Amino acid sequence: MAVTHESTAGMGGIRSAGDLVFRMELQKMKINEAKKYVAEKLRVSVMDLADCAVMKDLREELNIGTVQSRPDAGVGIQTKFRIAELLGVPINSVDMFKRQAGL
Amino acid sequence: MTKKYLTRYGDNYVGELTEAEIRQDIEDGTLDAADRGQIPAMSQDEMDYLYEIITSPQKIVSVEPGKEVVVSFDAGTLKLPTRNGIPMDRLQAVITQERALASDSTELCHVDYSYKPIKPIISEERQAMEQIQLMTTIPVLYGAMPNLGLYTKPDGPCDNWAELLPAGKITEAMEAQEEAVEHAIKDIVFVASSMIESGADGINLDTVGASGDADVKASLEAVRILSKKYPTTGFEVGMAGEFNLGMHGELTFDGEVLAGMYPHKQVLMAQQAGVGIFGMAVNTNSSQSLAWNLARVVTFAKETAKVATIPVHANVGMGVGGIPLSIIPAADAVSRVDKALVEIAGLDGL
Repeated sequence: MAVTHESTAGMGGIRSAGDLVFRMELQKMKINEAKKYVAEKLRVSVMDLADCAVMKDLREELNIGTVQSRPDAGVGIQTKFRIAELLGVPINSVDMFKRQAGL
Repeated sequence: MTKKYLTRYGDNYVGELTEAEIRQDIEDGTLDAADRGQIPAMSQDEMDYLYEIITSPQKIVSVEPGKEVVVSFDAGTLKLPTRNGIPMDRLQAVITQERALASDSTELCHVDYSYKPIKPIISEERQAMEQIQLMTTIPVLYGAMPNLGLYTKPDGPCDNWAELLPAGKITEAMEAQEEAVEHAIKDIVFVASSMIESGADGINLDTVGASGDADVKASLEAVRILSKKYPTTGFEVGMAGEFNLGMHGELTFDGEVLAGMYPHKQVLMAQQAGVGIFGMAVNTNSSQSLAWNLARVVTFAKETAKVATIPVHANVGMGVGGIPLSIIPAADAVSRVDKALVEIAGLDGL
């Protein structure tokens, strides 16, 4: 059932920009405000946010993680360092990593 | 011969209905919600569009491009390893959701999905969250239920209000629930704080209200404490049902009686408490058609989204939100629920 929800109405996670928009909803932004905020930060249109063709290239360029495993590309916590900076929001795991690594 | 359309009932089984029958079910469904919630019914245009969605000849329908929403989960890591029985650990489940299923977010949880039993294993849960956060890009929340029933004897310290109430011991039942609320607040705050300290992107309180209004009270009070303690962390509250059962009856939050609240009132309490995402639940009637159930859900959802200043997600699992009451709900019905809730009700997520 989760697959049906994702394919009929979901933004597509890291195939597109669903993870980024969700992070802004966690900051209490409603969907349209969250999409506008992320689109402005990424310098794309709101329509582009759920378009995997546009977002694949952009995510690779920004090195913020995609569904494909690639050599010499950031995964996991590395991508969240960039996402926190890109969106201008704190990410708990990034702050924790910095504390644990003494950064 | 009058044309009939293939549709579903709330029990997940197929039925054939005429245009007149579907339109009548839509009208009856929206009027039922309007009457119960004292809220506006759907407009004629909205009912016409819902009719189009229900009778679409395609098996699967979807939202129009540009109208996509984000998806959150309850019972996140219970789905693949436990319910589906796929031999994988929780880290694998989360990464599968991120990279194979392309989920917008997910949730780490324990198989005993309640805050109280997490306390003795908090170290193991924290370690799992810390490892998962190293490997993932999508937001990973930690989730569990307030589950006030676990605080009753013999499993917990409080007298059982479900036994006291039938015995006519009303005062004792109310006092037992008030005592359980205090225990639950402490446990939720302890577990949630620990998981946030281990990097959780948010905390999900799921099936809130399953034990009645005291369950809601404990959850809201806990979120109020947590949202002040961690102002940049998101808190999601997903409800158990479409109105708060008055097992206590007199509990309040910010001066408002919690018992009997429908989603459009529940969300106001949630945002006052500091909740970031509100998950509304409307019960599916398994004897009624998809048209009747969906019209009812859309009516509640539209009003809830209208009054809310925070994002509203619909609980669209088995037996809620218009989804048929089955562990394997039909995809044709699920997709129609999603499209209607996003495009007509204007929800922020599912």
